[in-house]
Amino acid sequence: MGQRVLLIEDEPNIIEAISYILTKDGWTVHTHSDGETAMSKVMQRVPDLIILDVMLPGKSGYDILRELRAQAETKDVPVMMLTARGQSKDREMATSLGATQFMTKPFSNAEVLKSVRALAGL
Amino acid sequence: MREQISPHLLTGTRARNRRIDLGLRQTNVAKEIGISGSYLNLIEHNRRKIGGKLLSELARVLVIDVALLGDGVSDAILVPLKEAAAAFPDESIEDLQSEELLARFPGWAALIVAQRRRITQLEDRTEALSNRLAHDSQIANALHDVISTATAIRSTASILVETPNLDSDWQSRFHTNIDMDSARLAESSQALLGFLDMEMEAGSAHVDSAMEQAEAALAKSDYYFLGIDNGDDIKFDEIQNATTRTILQDWAKGASEDAVSLPLKAFTQVARAVAYDPARLSSQFGVALDVVLRRLAHLPPDSDHPLMGLAICDGAGVVTFQKPMLDFQLPRSGAACPLWPLYQALTQPGRAIRRIVRLPGAARTPFECFAIAGPVGDIAFGSEPRINATMLVRPASADDTVDVVGPGCRVCDVHNCTSRRHPSLL
Repeated sequence: MGQRVLLIEDEPNIIEAISYILTKDGWTVHTHSDGETAMSKVMQRVPDLIILDVMLPGKSGYDILRELRAQAETKDVPVMMLTARGQSKDREMATSLGATQFMTKPFSNAEVLKSVRALAGL
Repeated sequence: MREQISPHLLTGTRARNRRIDLGLRQTNVAKEIGISGSYLNLIEHNRRKIGGKLLSELARVLVIDVALLGDGVSDAILVPLKEAAAAFPDESIEDLQSEELLARFPGWAALIVAQRRRITQLEDRTEALSNRLAHDSQIANALHDVISTATAIRSTASILVETPNLDSDWQSRFHTNIDMDSARLAESSQALLGFLDMEMEAGSAHVDSAMEQAEAALAKSDYYFLGIDNGDDIKFDEIQNATTRTILQDWAKGASEDAVSLPLKAFTQVARAVAYDPARLSSQFGVALDVVLRRLAHLPPDSDHPLMGLAICDGAGVVTFQKPMLDFQLPRSGAACPLWPLYQALTQPGRAIRRIVRLPGAARTPFECFAIAGPVGDIAFGSEPRINATMLVRPASADDTVDVVGPGCRVCDVHNCTSRRHPSLL
Protein backbone atom coordinates (compact mmCIF):
# COMPACT_ATOMS: atom_id res chain seq x y z
CA MET A 1 0.00 0.00 0.00
CA GLY A 2 2.68 2.48 1.07
CA GLN A 3 0.26 5.20 2.15
CA ARG A 4 1.56 7.66 4.73
CA VAL A 5 -0.05 7.93 8.13
CA LEU A 6 0.98 10.47 10.77
CA LEU A 7 0.38 9.38 14.35
CA ILE A 8 0.27 12.34 16.79
CA GLU A 9 0.30 10.81 20.27
CA ASP A 10 2.39 11.43 23.38
CA GLU A 11 2.31 7.97 24.93
CA PRO A 12 5.51 6.24 23.70
CA ASN A 13 4.29 2.66 24.07
CA ILE A 14 1.03 3.37 22.24
CA ILE A 15 3.13 4.95 19.50
CA GLU A 16 5.28 1.84 19.34
CA ALA A 17 2.37 -0.60 19.28
CA ILE A 18 0.30 1.28 16.67
CA SER A 19 3.38 1.91 14.54
CA TYR A 20 4.18 -1.78 14.62
CA ILE A 21 0.74 -2.99 13.51
CA LEU A 22 0.36 -0.34 10.82
CA THR A 23 3.87 -0.87 9.45
CA LYS A 24 3.22 -4.59 9.37
CA ASP A 25 0.05 -3.83 7.39
CA GLY A 26 2.08 -1.92 4.83
CA TRP A 27 1.68 1.67 5.96
CA THR A 28 4.49 4.18 6.17
CA VAL A 29 4.14 5.51 9.70
CA HIS A 30 5.47 8.84 10.95
CA THR A 31 5.03 9.89 14.54
CA HIS A 32 4.99 13.10 16.54
CA SER A 33 4.47 13.64 20.29
CA ASP A 34 4.09 17.37 20.84
CA GLY A 35 0.87 19.33 20.31
CA GLU A 36 2.54 22.72 19.98
CA THR A 37 4.64 21.75 16.96
CA ALA A 38 2.25 19.20 15.43
CA MET A 39 0.98 21.54 12.69
CA SER A 40 4.46 22.28 11.38
CA LYS A 41 5.15 18.53 11.29
CA VAL A 42 1.96 18.01 9.27
CA MET A 43 2.82 20.82 6.86
CA GLN A 44 6.32 19.47 6.19
CA ARG A 45 4.68 16.75 4.15
CA VAL A 46 0.93 16.32 4.32
CA PRO A 47 0.12 12.67 5.14
CA ASP A 48 -2.68 10.58 3.62
CA LEU A 49 -4.23 10.07 7.03
CA ILE A 50 -3.76 11.43 10.55
CA ILE A 51 -4.33 9.65 13.86
CA LEU A 52 -4.62 12.39 16.48
CA ASP A 53 -4.75 12.07 20.26
CA VAL A 54 -6.95 14.63 22.07
CA MET A 55 -4.79 15.24 25.15
CA LEU A 56 -1.34 16.32 24.03
CA PRO A 57 1.31 18.45 25.70
CA GLY A 58 1.31 22.05 24.50
CA LYS A 59 -1.89 22.04 22.48
CA SER A 60 -5.01 19.88 22.49
CA GLY A 61 -5.95 17.57 19.64
CA TYR A 62 -9.15 19.61 19.17
CA ASP A 63 -7.13 22.78 18.53
CA ILE A 64 -4.91 20.95 16.07
CA LEU A 65 -7.97 19.53 14.29
CA ARG A 66 -9.44 23.04 14.05
CA GLU A 67 -6.22 24.26 12.40
CA LEU A 68 -6.10 21.26 10.07
CA ARG A 69 -9.59 22.01 8.82
CA ALA A 70 -8.74 25.69 8.34
CA GLN A 71 -5.78 24.98 6.02
CA ALA A 72 -6.43 24.30 2.34
CA GLU A 73 -3.72 21.61 2.20
CA THR A 74 -5.12 19.60 5.10
CA LYS A 75 -8.83 20.32 5.18
CA ASP A 76 -9.73 17.05 3.43
CA VAL A 77 -7.19 14.74 5.09
CA PRO A 78 -9.02 12.02 7.05
CA VAL A 79 -8.44 12.42 10.79
CA MET A 80 -9.09 9.73 13.37
CA MET A 81 -9.28 11.16 16.89
CA LEU A 82 -8.13 9.10 19.85
CA THR A 83 -9.45 9.95 23.28
CA ALA A 84 -9.53 8.51 26.76
CA ARG A 85 -13.00 9.99 27.22
CA GLY A 86 -15.91 8.48 25.37
CA GLN A 87 -18.58 10.92 26.47
CA SER A 88 -21.06 11.96 23.84
CA LYS A 89 -20.07 15.62 24.17
CA ASP A 90 -16.45 14.72 23.28
CA ARG A 91 -17.70 12.82 20.28
CA GLU A 92 -19.90 15.77 19.29
CA MET A 93 -17.00 18.17 19.74
CA ALA A 94 -14.73 16.05 17.51
CA THR A 95 -17.43 15.67 14.89
CA SER A 96 -18.30 19.37 14.89
CA LEU A 97 -14.64 20.24 14.34
CA GLY A 98 -14.44 17.90 11.37
CA ALA A 99 -13.04 14.61 12.70
CA THR A 100 -13.61 11.75 10.25
CA GLN A 101 -13.53 9.04 12.90
CA PHE A 102 -13.55 8.96 16.71
CA MET A 103 -12.00 6.13 18.73
CA THR A 104 -12.13 5.72 22.50
CA LYS A 105 -9.18 4.31 24.46
CA PRO A 106 -8.56 1.53 25.29
CA PHE A 107 -9.11 0.20 21.78
CA SER A 108 -8.05 -3.06 20.16
CA ASN A 109 -5.45 -3.30 17.43
CA ALA A 110 -8.03 -4.86 15.14
CA GLU A 111 -10.32 -1.82 15.60
CA VAL A 112 -7.52 0.58 14.76
CA LEU A 113 -6.49 -1.37 11.70
CA LYS A 114 -10.06 -1.72 10.46
CA SER A 115 -10.77 2.00 10.89
CA VAL A 116 -7.53 3.10 9.24
CA ARG A 117 -8.19 0.86 6.24
CA ALA A 118 -11.76 2.12 5.98
CA LEU A 119 -10.63 5.78 6.11
CA ALA A 120 -8.19 5.11 3.31
CA GLY A 121 -10.96 3.49 1.27
CA LEU A 122 -9.31 0.09 1.34
CA MET B 1 -63.22 13.61 67.02
CA ARG B 2 -60.84 16.49 66.44
CA GLU B 3 -62.29 19.41 64.51
CA GLN B 4 -61.23 19.91 60.88
CA ILE B 5 -58.31 22.35 61.00
CA SER B 6 -57.79 25.08 58.47
CA PRO B 7 -54.41 25.24 56.74
CA HIS B 8 -54.06 28.73 58.20
CA LEU B 9 -54.59 28.09 61.86
CA LEU B 10 -55.18 30.84 64.36
CA THR B 11 -53.09 31.21 67.49
CA GLY B 12 -55.84 29.95 69.78
CA THR B 13 -56.39 26.76 67.79
CA ARG B 14 -52.65 26.13 67.69
CA ALA B 15 -52.39 26.62 71.45
CA ARG B 16 -55.32 24.29 72.08
CA ASN B 17 -53.92 21.56 69.81
CA ARG B 18 -50.54 21.85 71.44
CA ARG B 19 -51.99 21.69 74.97
CA ILE B 20 -54.05 18.60 74.13
CA ASP B 21 -51.01 16.94 72.52
CA LEU B 22 -49.04 17.55 75.69
CA GLY B 23 -51.91 16.15 77.79
CA LEU B 24 -52.24 19.32 79.86
CA ARG B 25 -55.48 20.43 81.47
CA GLN B 26 -56.83 23.82 80.47
CA THR B 27 -57.23 24.97 84.07
CA ASN B 28 -53.65 24.03 84.97
CA VAL B 29 -52.20 25.89 82.00
CA ALA B 30 -54.38 28.92 82.78
CA LYS B 31 -53.21 28.93 86.38
CA GLU B 32 -49.57 28.61 85.29
CA ILE B 33 -49.79 31.73 83.13
CA GLY B 34 -51.88 33.68 85.60
CA ILE B 35 -55.28 33.82 83.88
CA SER B 36 -58.60 32.16 84.48
CA GLY B 37 -59.59 28.92 82.82
CA SER B 38 -62.55 30.58 81.10
CA TYR B 39 -60.30 33.29 79.65
CA LEU B 40 -57.91 30.65 78.27
CA ASN B 41 -60.96 28.89 76.83
CA LEU B 42 -61.90 32.09 74.98
CA ILE B 43 -58.33 32.39 73.69
CA GLU B 44 -58.27 28.79 72.53
CA HIS B 45 -61.48 29.36 70.56
CA ASN B 46 -60.02 32.45 68.95
CA ARG B 47 -62.47 34.76 70.67
CA ARG B 48 -59.80 36.75 72.43
CA LYS B 49 -56.61 38.01 70.84
CA ILE B 50 -53.37 37.21 72.57
CA GLY B 51 -49.91 38.71 72.27
CA GLY B 52 -46.95 40.17 74.14
CA LYS B 53 -45.99 38.79 77.51
CA LEU B 54 -49.05 36.52 77.81
CA LEU B 55 -48.26 34.85 74.47
CA SER B 56 -44.66 34.33 75.60
CA GLU B 57 -45.83 32.79 78.86
CA LEU B 58 -48.26 30.49 77.09
CA ALA B 59 -45.51 29.43 74.67
CA ARG B 60 -43.21 28.70 77.62
CA VAL B 61 -45.78 26.49 79.34
CA LEU B 62 -46.62 24.72 76.09
CA VAL B 63 -42.88 24.22 75.40
CA ILE B 64 -43.04 25.78 71.96
CA ASP B 65 -41.21 28.63 70.27
CA VAL B 66 -43.29 31.76 70.58
CA ALA B 67 -42.80 32.45 66.86
CA LEU B 68 -44.49 29.15 66.09
CA LEU B 69 -47.47 29.98 68.28
CA GLY B 70 -48.06 33.53 67.08
CA ASP B 71 -50.35 34.40 64.18
CA GLY B 72 -47.58 34.87 61.65
CA VAL B 73 -46.07 31.38 61.74
CA SER B 74 -42.53 31.82 60.62
CA ASP B 75 -42.12 31.45 56.86
CA ALA B 76 -38.53 30.50 57.60
CA ILE B 77 -39.82 27.11 58.70
CA LEU B 78 -43.17 26.82 56.95
CA VAL B 79 -41.82 27.51 53.44
CA PRO B 80 -38.98 24.96 53.60
CA LEU B 81 -41.42 22.51 55.16
CA LYS B 82 -43.66 22.86 52.11
CA GLU B 83 -40.62 22.66 49.84
CA ALA B 84 -39.63 19.40 51.53
CA ALA B 85 -43.08 18.02 50.71
CA ALA B 86 -42.90 19.35 47.15
CA ALA B 87 -39.56 17.61 46.59
CA PHE B 88 -41.36 14.28 46.70
CA PRO B 89 -44.45 14.86 44.57
CA ASP B 90 -45.19 11.15 44.32
CA GLU B 91 -45.61 10.78 48.07
CA SER B 92 -49.11 11.43 49.40
CA ILE B 93 -48.18 14.08 51.95
CA GLU B 94 -50.86 16.13 53.66
CA ASP B 95 -49.35 19.37 52.41
CA LEU B 96 -52.30 21.45 53.48
CA GLN B 97 -51.66 20.46 57.08
CA SER B 98 -48.03 21.55 57.21
CA GLU B 99 -48.96 24.48 59.47
CA GLU B 100 -50.68 22.12 61.84
CA LEU B 101 -47.63 19.87 61.87
CA LEU B 102 -45.49 22.87 62.68
CA ALA B 103 -47.75 23.98 65.48
CA ARG B 104 -48.27 20.61 67.09
CA PHE B 105 -44.89 19.03 66.53
CA PRO B 106 -42.40 21.88 66.19
CA GLY B 107 -39.45 19.59 66.92
CA TRP B 108 -40.37 17.17 64.14
CA ALA B 109 -41.08 20.07 61.77
CA ALA B 110 -37.67 21.58 62.54
CA LEU B 111 -36.08 18.18 61.95
CA ILE B 112 -37.73 17.87 58.52
CA VAL B 113 -36.56 21.37 57.62
CA ALA B 114 -33.01 20.66 58.82
CA GLN B 115 -32.95 17.42 56.86
CA ARG B 116 -34.29 19.19 53.77
CA ARG B 117 -31.51 21.78 54.12
CA ARG B 118 -28.93 19.03 54.51
CA ILE B 119 -30.24 17.17 51.47
CA THR B 120 -30.04 20.37 49.42
CA GLN B 121 -26.47 20.96 50.58
CA LEU B 122 -25.47 17.40 49.74
CA GLU B 123 -27.18 17.60 46.35
CA ASP B 124 -25.29 20.84 45.62
CA ARG B 125 -22.05 19.25 46.77
CA THR B 126 -22.66 16.14 44.67
CA GLU B 127 -23.29 18.32 41.64
CA ALA B 128 -20.12 20.31 42.33
CA LEU B 129 -18.07 17.11 42.69
CA SER B 130 -19.65 15.68 39.57
CA ASN B 131 -18.73 18.85 37.66
CA ARG B 132 -15.27 18.64 39.14
CA LEU B 133 -14.85 15.05 37.98
CA ALA B 134 -15.87 16.12 34.51
CA HIS B 135 -13.80 19.29 34.30
CA ASP B 136 -10.96 19.21 36.83
CA SER B 137 -7.66 19.12 34.97
CA GLN B 138 -5.83 17.15 37.68
CA ILE B 139 -8.42 14.39 37.66
CA ALA B 140 -8.62 14.47 33.86
CA ASN B 141 -4.83 14.12 33.62
CA ALA B 142 -4.73 11.26 36.14
CA LEU B 143 -7.59 9.46 34.38
CA HIS B 144 -6.00 10.03 31.00
CA ASP B 145 -2.77 8.54 32.31
CA VAL B 146 -4.56 5.40 33.57
CA ILE B 147 -6.48 4.84 30.35
CA SER B 148 -3.53 5.58 28.08
CA THR B 149 -1.36 3.12 29.98
CA ALA B 150 -4.09 0.48 29.82
CA THR B 151 -4.36 1.11 26.06
CA ALA B 152 -0.62 0.65 25.60
CA ILE B 153 -0.69 -2.61 27.58
CA ARG B 154 -3.71 -3.93 25.67
CA SER B 155 -2.23 -3.07 22.30
CA THR B 156 1.19 -4.49 23.10
CA ALA B 157 -0.20 -7.67 24.66
CA SER B 158 -2.37 -8.24 21.56
CA ILE B 159 0.67 -8.01 19.32
CA LEU B 160 2.49 -10.58 21.46
CA VAL B 161 -0.48 -12.96 21.41
CA GLU B 162 -1.61 -12.46 17.83
CA THR B 163 1.73 -12.38 16.02
CA PRO B 164 3.19 -15.84 15.46
CA ASN B 165 6.94 -15.98 14.94
CA LEU B 166 7.45 -12.46 16.31
CA ASP B 167 11.05 -11.38 15.97
CA SER B 168 12.86 -11.97 19.27
CA ASP B 169 14.07 -8.35 19.48
CA TRP B 170 10.52 -7.05 19.12
CA GLN B 171 9.30 -9.71 21.55
CA SER B 172 11.79 -8.61 24.17
CA ARG B 173 11.02 -4.95 23.55
CA PHE B 174 7.26 -5.48 23.93
CA HIS B 175 7.75 -7.52 27.10
CA THR B 176 9.78 -4.69 28.58
CA ASN B 177 7.10 -2.18 27.54
CA ILE B 178 4.38 -4.23 29.24
CA ASP B 179 6.46 -4.55 32.38
CA MET B 180 7.04 -0.77 32.52
CA ASP B 181 3.43 0.03 31.69
CA SER B 182 1.96 -2.33 34.25
CA ALA B 183 4.10 -0.74 36.97
CA ARG B 184 3.00 2.71 35.76
CA LEU B 185 -0.63 1.62 35.68
CA ALA B 186 -0.44 0.48 39.30
CA GLU B 187 1.03 3.82 40.35
CA SER B 188 -1.32 5.98 38.32
CA SER B 189 -4.45 4.11 39.45
CA GLN B 190 -3.31 4.48 43.05
CA ALA B 191 -2.74 8.18 42.47
CA LEU B 192 -6.17 8.59 40.95
CA LEU B 193 -7.83 6.81 43.85
CA GLY B 194 -5.85 8.86 46.36
CA PHE B 195 -6.82 12.05 44.61
CA LEU B 196 -10.51 11.12 44.52
CA ASP B 197 -10.42 10.13 48.21
CA MET B 198 -8.89 13.49 49.05
CA GLU B 199 -11.55 15.31 47.05
CA MET B 200 -14.31 13.45 48.84
CA GLU B 201 -12.76 14.17 52.24
CA ALA B 202 -12.42 17.83 51.40
CA GLY B 203 -15.99 17.88 50.13
CA SER B 204 -17.55 16.45 53.25
CA ALA B 205 -15.50 18.67 55.53
CA HIS B 206 -16.61 21.83 53.81
CA VAL B 207 -20.31 21.22 53.41
CA ASP B 208 -21.23 23.34 56.38
CA SER B 209 -18.31 25.75 56.40
CA ALA B 210 -19.41 29.29 57.17
CA MET B 211 -16.33 30.56 55.33
CA GLU B 212 -17.36 28.66 52.20
CA GLN B 213 -20.88 30.07 52.43
CA ALA B 214 -19.45 33.58 52.81
CA GLU B 215 -17.22 33.10 49.77
CA ALA B 216 -20.15 31.75 47.76
CA ALA B 217 -22.27 34.77 48.73
CA LEU B 218 -19.51 37.18 47.74
CA ALA B 219 -18.84 35.34 44.48
CA LYS B 220 -22.43 36.11 43.44
CA SER B 221 -21.56 39.81 43.37
CA ASP B 222 -18.20 39.19 41.66
CA TYR B 223 -16.39 39.96 44.94
CA TYR B 224 -17.61 43.55 44.93
CA PHE B 225 -19.43 44.91 47.95
CA LEU B 226 -22.21 46.88 46.36
CA GLY B 227 -22.50 50.28 48.04
CA ILE B 228 -19.00 50.58 49.52
CA ASP B 229 -18.11 53.36 47.11
CA ASN B 230 -21.17 55.34 48.19
CA GLY B 231 -20.32 55.01 51.87
CA ASP B 232 -23.36 52.75 52.42
CA ASP B 233 -23.64 50.58 55.48
CA ILE B 234 -23.35 47.08 54.01
CA LYS B 235 -25.79 44.57 55.47
CA PHE B 236 -26.25 40.87 54.86
CA ASP B 237 -29.72 40.33 56.29
CA GLU B 238 -30.54 37.70 53.68
CA ILE B 239 -27.80 35.42 55.05
CA GLN B 240 -29.33 33.06 57.60
CA ASN B 241 -26.17 31.69 59.20
CA ALA B 242 -24.99 34.15 61.87
CA THR B 243 -21.32 33.14 61.55
CA THR B 244 -21.41 33.58 57.79
CA ARG B 245 -23.02 36.99 58.29
CA THR B 246 -20.28 38.00 60.72
CA ILE B 247 -17.53 36.92 58.30
CA LEU B 248 -19.13 38.88 55.45
CA GLN B 249 -19.62 41.97 57.63
CA ASP B 250 -15.98 41.78 58.67
CA TRP B 251 -14.82 41.60 55.04
CA ALA B 252 -17.17 44.42 54.04
CA LYS B 253 -15.88 46.60 56.86
CA GLY B 254 -12.31 46.13 55.65
CA ALA B 255 -13.28 46.78 52.05
CA SER B 256 -15.16 49.95 53.07
CA GLU B 257 -12.12 51.26 54.93
CA ASP B 258 -9.95 50.57 51.87
CA ALA B 259 -12.50 52.39 49.70
CA VAL B 260 -12.28 55.45 51.94
CA SER B 261 -8.46 55.45 51.61
CA LEU B 262 -8.65 54.94 47.85
CA PRO B 263 -11.78 56.67 46.42
CA LEU B 264 -13.08 54.81 43.38
CA LYS B 265 -12.98 57.56 40.76
CA ALA B 266 -9.47 58.81 41.46
CA PHE B 267 -8.13 55.32 42.09
CA THR B 268 -9.56 53.91 38.86
CA GLN B 269 -8.19 56.81 36.85
CA VAL B 270 -4.67 56.44 38.21
CA ALA B 271 -4.81 52.63 38.11
CA ARG B 272 -5.50 52.71 34.38
CA ALA B 273 -2.75 55.29 33.85
CA VAL B 274 -0.13 53.15 35.61
CA ALA B 275 -1.32 49.83 34.14
CA TYR B 276 -2.60 48.71 37.54
CA ASP B 277 0.94 48.70 38.99
CA PRO B 278 0.39 48.21 42.75
CA ALA B 279 3.71 49.78 43.78
CA ARG B 280 3.06 52.98 41.83
CA LEU B 281 -0.48 53.18 43.11
CA SER B 282 0.78 52.78 46.66
CA SER B 283 3.27 55.57 46.11
CA GLN B 284 0.81 57.91 44.34
CA PHE B 285 -1.86 57.62 47.04
CA GLY B 286 0.51 57.29 49.99
CA VAL B 287 -1.18 54.15 51.31
CA ALA B 288 0.23 50.78 52.31
CA LEU B 289 0.73 48.23 49.53
CA ASP B 290 -1.63 45.66 51.06
CA VAL B 291 -4.45 48.21 50.98
CA VAL B 292 -3.84 48.73 47.25
CA LEU B 293 -3.77 44.97 46.61
CA ARG B 294 -7.11 44.51 48.38
CA ARG B 295 -8.67 47.52 46.67
CA LEU B 296 -7.65 46.24 43.23
CA ALA B 297 -9.41 42.96 43.96
CA HIS B 298 -12.63 44.72 45.03
CA LEU B 299 -13.30 47.00 42.09
CA PRO B 300 -16.74 47.09 40.44
CA PRO B 301 -17.03 44.11 38.07
CA ASP B 302 -18.64 46.09 35.24
CA SER B 303 -15.78 48.52 34.59
CA ASP B 304 -13.48 46.55 32.29
CA HIS B 305 -10.68 46.11 34.83
CA PRO B 306 -8.22 43.24 34.27
CA LEU B 307 -8.93 39.90 35.95
CA MET B 308 -7.50 39.94 39.46
CA GLY B 309 -7.60 37.35 42.23
CA LEU B 310 -6.64 37.81 45.86
CA ALA B 311 -5.54 35.68 48.79
CA ILE B 312 -5.00 36.70 52.39
CA CYS B 313 -3.56 34.36 55.00
CA ASP B 314 -2.72 34.64 58.66
CA GLY B 315 0.62 33.89 60.32
CA ALA B 316 -0.15 30.18 60.35
CA GLY B 317 -0.67 30.21 56.60
CA VAL B 318 -4.42 29.63 56.86
CA VAL B 319 -6.25 31.36 54.02
CA THR B 320 -8.72 33.77 55.61
CA PHE B 321 -9.96 35.30 52.37
CA GLN B 322 -9.59 34.50 48.73
CA LYS B 323 -10.99 35.58 45.42
CA PRO B 324 -10.25 32.75 42.95
CA MET B 325 -9.33 33.63 39.38
CA LEU B 326 -8.98 31.23 36.40
CA ASP B 327 -7.25 28.17 37.90
CA PHE B 328 -5.82 30.11 40.83
CA GLN B 329 -7.33 28.84 44.08
CA LEU B 330 -5.49 27.95 47.25
CA PRO B 331 -6.68 25.15 49.52
CA ARG B 332 -8.28 26.62 52.61
CA SER B 333 -6.81 24.00 54.93
CA GLY B 334 -3.25 25.35 54.71
CA ALA B 335 -1.99 22.44 52.57
CA ALA B 336 -0.97 24.75 49.75
CA CYS B 337 2.39 24.89 48.01
CA PRO B 338 4.84 26.96 50.13
CA LEU B 339 6.34 28.39 46.94
CA TRP B 340 3.40 30.76 46.42
CA PRO B 341 4.67 34.31 47.03
CA LEU B 342 1.93 34.68 49.66
CA TYR B 343 3.81 32.34 51.97
CA GLN B 344 7.23 33.67 51.03
CA ALA B 345 6.01 37.11 52.09
CA LEU B 346 5.21 35.72 55.54
CA THR B 347 8.89 34.93 56.08
CA GLN B 348 9.94 38.53 55.36
CA PRO B 349 7.27 40.93 56.62
CA GLY B 350 7.49 44.31 54.96
CA ARG B 351 9.22 43.08 51.82
CA ALA B 352 7.21 43.56 48.63
CA ILE B 353 7.46 40.49 46.38
CA ARG B 354 6.63 40.29 42.68
CA ARG B 355 6.93 36.94 40.90
CA ILE B 356 5.57 35.24 37.84
CA VAL B 357 4.39 31.71 38.56
CA ARG B 358 2.30 29.00 36.98
CA LEU B 359 0.89 25.65 38.03
CA PRO B 360 2.65 22.55 36.65
CA GLY B 361 1.35 21.00 33.43
CA ALA B 362 0.99 22.07 29.85
CA ALA B 363 -0.81 25.20 28.74
CA ARG B 364 -1.22 26.65 32.24
CA THR B 365 -1.82 30.37 32.60
CA PRO B 366 1.16 32.19 34.09
CA PHE B 367 0.21 34.47 36.98
CA GLU B 368 1.82 37.72 38.03
CA CYS B 369 1.77 37.78 41.84
CA PHE B 370 2.30 40.76 44.16
CA ALA B 371 2.62 39.91 47.83
CA ILE B 372 3.43 41.58 51.10
CA ALA B 373 3.06 40.69 54.77
CA GLY B 374 2.78 42.94 57.75
CA PRO B 375 1.18 43.47 61.14
CA VAL B 376 -2.55 44.10 61.33
CA GLY B 377 -4.73 45.48 64.09
CA ASP B 378 -3.57 47.33 67.16
CA ILE B 379 0.08 47.09 68.08
CA ALA B 380 0.94 47.12 71.76
CA PHE B 381 4.21 46.89 73.64
CA GLY B 382 4.83 43.45 75.04
CA SER B 383 2.29 41.65 72.87
CA GLU B 384 2.93 39.61 69.74
CA PRO B 385 1.84 41.36 66.54
CA ARG B 386 -0.77 39.67 64.35
CA ILE B 387 0.78 39.16 60.91
CA ASN B 388 -1.21 38.78 57.68
CA ALA B 389 0.07 38.23 54.17
CA THR B 390 -1.79 39.57 51.14
CA MET B 391 -1.28 38.48 47.53
CA LEU B 392 -2.82 39.88 44.36
CA VAL B 393 -2.82 37.54 41.36
CA ARG B 394 -3.47 38.36 37.71
CA PRO B 395 -2.70 36.73 34.35
CA ALA B 396 0.86 37.48 33.23
CA SER B 397 2.12 37.97 29.72
CA ALA B 398 3.50 34.72 28.30
CA ASP B 399 7.04 35.98 27.69
CA ASP B 400 7.91 36.56 31.37
CA THR B 401 10.23 34.13 33.17
CA VAL B 402 8.00 31.75 35.06
CA ASP B 403 8.54 29.79 38.28
CA VAL B 404 6.45 26.68 38.82
CA VAL B 405 4.33 26.47 41.97
CA GLY B 406 2.25 23.44 42.84
CA PRO B 407 -1.40 22.90 43.63
CA GLY B 408 -0.29 21.14 46.87
CA CYS B 409 2.29 18.37 47.39
CA ARG B 410 -0.06 15.38 47.17
CA VAL B 411 -1.31 16.31 43.72
CA CYS B 412 1.84 17.94 42.35
CA ASP B 413 4.05 16.12 39.86
CA VAL B 414 7.17 18.28 40.29
CA HIS B 415 9.31 15.54 41.81
CA ASN B 416 12.61 17.37 42.33
CA CYS B 417 11.04 20.16 44.41
CA THR B 418 13.07 21.07 47.49
CA SER B 419 9.94 22.33 49.26
CA ARG B 420 8.11 19.01 49.01
CA ARG B 421 6.69 17.95 52.39
CA HIS B 422 4.61 14.96 51.23
CA PRO B 423 5.18 12.35 48.49
CA SER B 424 3.14 12.97 45.37
CA LEU B 425 0.22 10.71 44.60
CA LEU B 426 0.63 11.39 40.91
